[in-house]
Amino acid sequence: MTDTSADTWTVAGRTFRSRLIVGTGKYKDFEQNAAAVEASGAEIVTVAVRRVNISDPKAPMLTDFIDPKKITYLPNTAGCFNAEEAIRTLRLAREAGGWDLVKLEVLGEARTLYPDMRETLKATEVLAAEGFKPMVYCADDPIAAKQLEEAGAVAIMPLGAPIGSGLGIQNKVTIRLIVEGASVPVLVDAGVGTASDASVAMELGCEGVLMNTAIAEARDPIRMARAMRLAVEAGRDAYLAGRMATRRYADPSSPLAGLI
Amino acid sequence: MAAELSLTVNGEPRRAASGSSIADLVTSLGLDPKKVAVEHNGEIAPRSTLADVPLGDGDVLEIVHFVGGG
Repeated sequence: MTDTSADTWTVAGRTFRSRLIVGTGKYKDFEQNAAAVEASGAEIVTVAVRRVNISDPKAPMLTDFIDPKKITYLPNTAGCFNAEEAIRTLRLAREAGGWDLVKLEVLGEARTLYPDMRETLKATEVLAAEGFKPMVYCADDPIAAKQLEEAGAVAIMPLGAPIGSGLGIQNKVTIRLIVEGASVPVLVDAGVGTASDASVAMELGCEGVLMNTAIAEARDPIRMARAMRLAVEAGRDAYLAGRMATRRYADPSSPLAGLI
Repeated sequence: MAAELSLTVNGEPRRAASGSSIADLVTSLGLDPKKVAVEHNGEIAPRSTLADVPLGDGDVLEIVHFVGGG
């Protein structure tokens, strides 16, 4: 009898039940964002560090809608194109909220938002030395993934396809190789477009999936958030169940004996 | 000694009274010091020291908080 009650995962010593992490960008408004987070069952949300709007200091804040005491805020370095910017951003994030579990992303160019792996590795080393626990957005390169782990990454987060593209998991082989070689959690971050993409990531053995645009830009974000929650759970169950082997040809499901 | 300080806050010029602390500046902008993080001349200004750190003429400050992001 399968016990589905305790399938938790752990990152930097913190344990979570939900394997879906969602972003907080691109929503119509904070209400919709909060409703989507609720429907997704996510326990972790990524947030960006940006300048306060000094000309409108009383503008509503994300923290008014998504309670950082109930949901783990994961500061990210979206918009950083070199290690120094990313490190500076995370130091400020830690100062603003006390969080040391953070998401590092250092982008190489705006068109593809592909990670700059050289700067990413540099930033990972510095952040780890300063006591941060970086979950690191990276390319699907199994060697680079190992290097990041050795540098102190607490999770490896390869992209499935470019950020915001919704193209799905385009690199199943390399993600599987990363999962097989990692001693820290691997989560697909970027590229998920619809529910089946999330299931594919989980069936490859990932500990979780991070997505933003797939939910925020769906026609019905709340419904998609629910779909994603189910997809992640389904993919995880399928992985743990151990799928059947594939065959080149057919193998009938009904007996051949006793045909009329 | 200048009666007013010329500062750059979040990329914009601002003036503050001589002798102001970072905390004074933050509250004068209508912000809650507990909800933001401050970088003072390129270094993080720990929240516990905001009331003690005096501003100097020409100081550059970044005041940030969390917003929605992927």
